[in-house]
Amino acid sequence: MNAPFQSKLSLIRRTVVVLVAGAVFGMMGLFFLSWRPTIAAIERPNPASFSAELVSKGESLAAAGHCMSCHIRPAGQPYAGGYGVKTPFGVIYGSNITPDPETGIGRWSLDAFSRAMREGVAQDGSHLFAAFPYNAFTELADDDIKALYAYLMTRPAVNATVPHNTIPFPLNVRFLQEGWKILCFKSERFRPNPAKDAEWNRGAYLVEAVSDCGGCHTPRNSLGGEKLRDAYSGAVVDNWITPPLTQANPSPVPWTKEELFTYLRTGVTPLHGAIAATMTPVIRNALALPVVPDSDIRAIATYVSDITHADTRAPDAEATVKQAIKTSSLGSGPEQDPDANLYAAACLSCHYNSGTVPLSARPELALNSALTMPEPTNFIQAVLRGISDTDGAPGLTMPAYASSFSDADVARLAAYLRRTRTNRPPWMNLEKKVSVVRRELAASD
Amino acid sequence: MTTFTLNGRNVSVHSPDDAPLLWVIRDELGLTGTKFGCGVGMCGACTVHVEGRATRSCITSVGAIAGAKVTTIEGLDPEGKHPLQTAWLELQVPQCGYCQSGQIMQAATLLKDYPNPTDQDINAVMAGSLCRCMTYLRIRKAIKLAATRMQGGGTHG
Repeated sequence: MNAPFQSKLSLIRRTVVVLVAGAVFGMMGLFFLSWRPTIAAIERPNPASFSAELVSKGESLAAAGHCMSCHIRPAGQPYAGGYGVKTPFGVIYGSNITPDPETGIGRWSLDAFSRAMREGVAQDGSHLFAAFPYNAFTELADDDIKALYAYLMTRPAVNATVPHNTIPFPLNVRFLQEGWKILCFKSERFRPNPAKDAEWNRGAYLVEAVSDCGGCHTPRNSLGGEKLRDAYSGAVVDNWITPPLTQANPSPVPWTKEELFTYLRTGVTPLHGAIAATMTPVIRNALALPVVPDSDIRAIATYVSDITHADTRAPDAEATVKQAIKTSSLGSGPEQDPDANLYAAACLSCHYNSGTVPLSARPELALNSALTMPEPTNFIQAVLRGISDTDGAPGLTMPAYASSFSDADVARLAAYLRRTRTNRPPWMNLEKKVSVVRRELAASD
Repeated sequence: MTTFTLNGRNVSVHSPDDAPLLWVIRDELGLTGTKFGCGVGMCGACTVHVEGRATRSCITSVGAIAGAKVTTIEGLDPEGKHPLQTAWLELQVPQCGYCQSGQIMQAATLLKDYPNPTDQDINAVMAGSLCRCMTYLRIRKAIKLAATRMQGGGTHG
């Protein structure tokens, strides 16, 4: 072997050694940094040791925080966990947070609970996955954490294990979550904005720290961390699009305080339509419950209508509504347009409106953001999947057209409504998009 | 097993969750007033009420209405004397009759939303309920008659 070749080989060898050593030291460092002590297990606290006042405050916060979005399985016991959160890395199941000593959090002290909420670390010192939104709960006030603890510890203990997460190796190695935390998480309490009034700040606190609206309405980076620069600019959750809660919100009529209040309280408004999909558990059995006071819902409405800049958007809401109702009867006359006929046969009976204001029970499509979004995903989802009685606003169901309509039919319907009910540019490649949603639908069932 | 309320009675059915509500109502529960028309939600013959709203039962799976209140033509009125039903009889609306239970169920939702419907309201809301015998003119008349009576108007035809 000649000398230059040998020196090249030794250079490669040296580089490899340095890299491997770096990786090993890095891992050791991360492992060292990630270490958290176990917080001593306790006997399950006596439910009678918590004041009724504290428990009822916790009940209200647990509803506003819609804990049962994740900590219950379909038709399961409250707080016994089991909902599968689909992340790009795998499915993570909500844990059992009833006070069962074996399968729940019955042996967690307040300190352990508080650390889990604020740092994402379990009682045994292991790191929790960030599907549990400790990045929001870290902002909670001490008293609210105490109240939530009191509420959960006074729930019936349910002995129930949840399915294993499907996060693949090595992402499932818990100490690596420390790396995620270094990059994507900051432990900090909520700081009110002194320039705003008390209601606005209460709303900001509920939205940021309790309800974690950003968990679904803020897009995530490739690591699954929230892109804070694009806060509330909308994202994709379970193959639905969560609309932006910013100036980019696509609703034809602005989300005023009053509209938001009605929507959050009841799940439906005449000028915006009804909730669906992952917004359902946020409203039903959560924000719509009377334990969440009107004042809190009003505070959320105040904050959200401010960040969507409702006051500066579409000052001619009345004209928009008038125009929408004018288009509402399209398809009911002797039209020759086959697309209008398709719409009349399948949709018009339920979606038609007349008079001056649409009815809540008749979601007005010309005012619905499913038609005005840049992408047709939500429209296609609703048509194919329908709305079951347990989904969407109470009392409003919609049949599922997946077995009736071909991809071409849904595409025609989407194009027709976009053309006649909105002034937005046509959606492209509709048929292909319908087939994509249909495939995802089949895979998710 | 799915449990729901049918015409005020709690029922539990064994059909799979994805079975169309129409099949469950007709075949498992034996109420045949609701008809099978097109099977794809495009003709209205299978219309029932879910939580008081007209719904096409042929493309609504029974799993989708778990826990809900369902009403069929048999349960619209305990004595079969809903103002729409009496108006229908009085004006002899049906010809072959096959689509009529769906028509009446759809019309009931119409009158709930628009108690005094215009021709345009009737055209639009009833657009999805087809009648091959072309009884549309009498349907329109009967809806208006029922509307008048339900608003406490006179009984003149």
